[in-house]
Amino acid sequence: MNDKKPGSEAVMQIVQIIGIGLVSTVIILILRKQKPEIAVQVSIVTGVVIFLLLASKLSSVVELLQSYGDRADIKPVYFNTVLKITGIAYIAEFGAEICNDAGESAIASKIELAGKVIIVVMAVPIITSLLDLVLKVMPQ
Amino acid sequence: MGVDLIFRIAAIGILVAVLNQLLIRSGREEQAMMTTLAGLIVVLLMVVKEIAVLFDTVKTIFKLE
Repeated sequence: MNDKKPGSEAVMQIVQIIGIGLVSTVIILILRKQKPEIAVQVSIVTGVVIFLLLASKLSSVVELLQSYGDRADIKPVYFNTVLKITGIAYIAEFGAEICNDAGESAIASKIELAGKVIIVVMAVPIITSLLDLVLKVMPQ
Repeated sequence: MGVDLIFRIAAIGILVAVLNQLLIRSGREEQAMMTTLAGLIVVLLMVVKEIAVLFDTVKTIFKLE
């Protein structure tokens, strides 16, 4: 791999992902008329496979951000909260999109609501510290 | 492992669809229904494992839990 150009691996990977996406789109179109329930499952698996292909790169990006956060002396609580919120938003979006694709937009919007509520609950420490700071600054 | 899973599920789907048509044509609606159900359950068992892998990966990357 070392004798190739620097970006060629990333190009290969995006080509691979586009290929997976196109092939599974065609499969889903074939299956949708006959068996829509299995077409939905194919789309779920496609989403999972594409995410798993990207997972290692994503974790290295997260590690990079975390190392810079450590160097800038950001409290780990704040950084971890932002990270967790990103993860929750991703899973909620994934589930909601699947439900939307299958035509259940009511359930999809409930999943999104649940994601938002959980994110607000997780952000409580940040919100309280912000409000404490505002109260401290405010003239009595 | 990833791409063959997609193809495997697609193959099961096409097989179940064909079997379903055959059984309906030969007048065995109940068995056609059972075939559909069995195919759906088999595929669901495969998909559930994959979703568990996805959730575990997301949990480790984003340091949930």
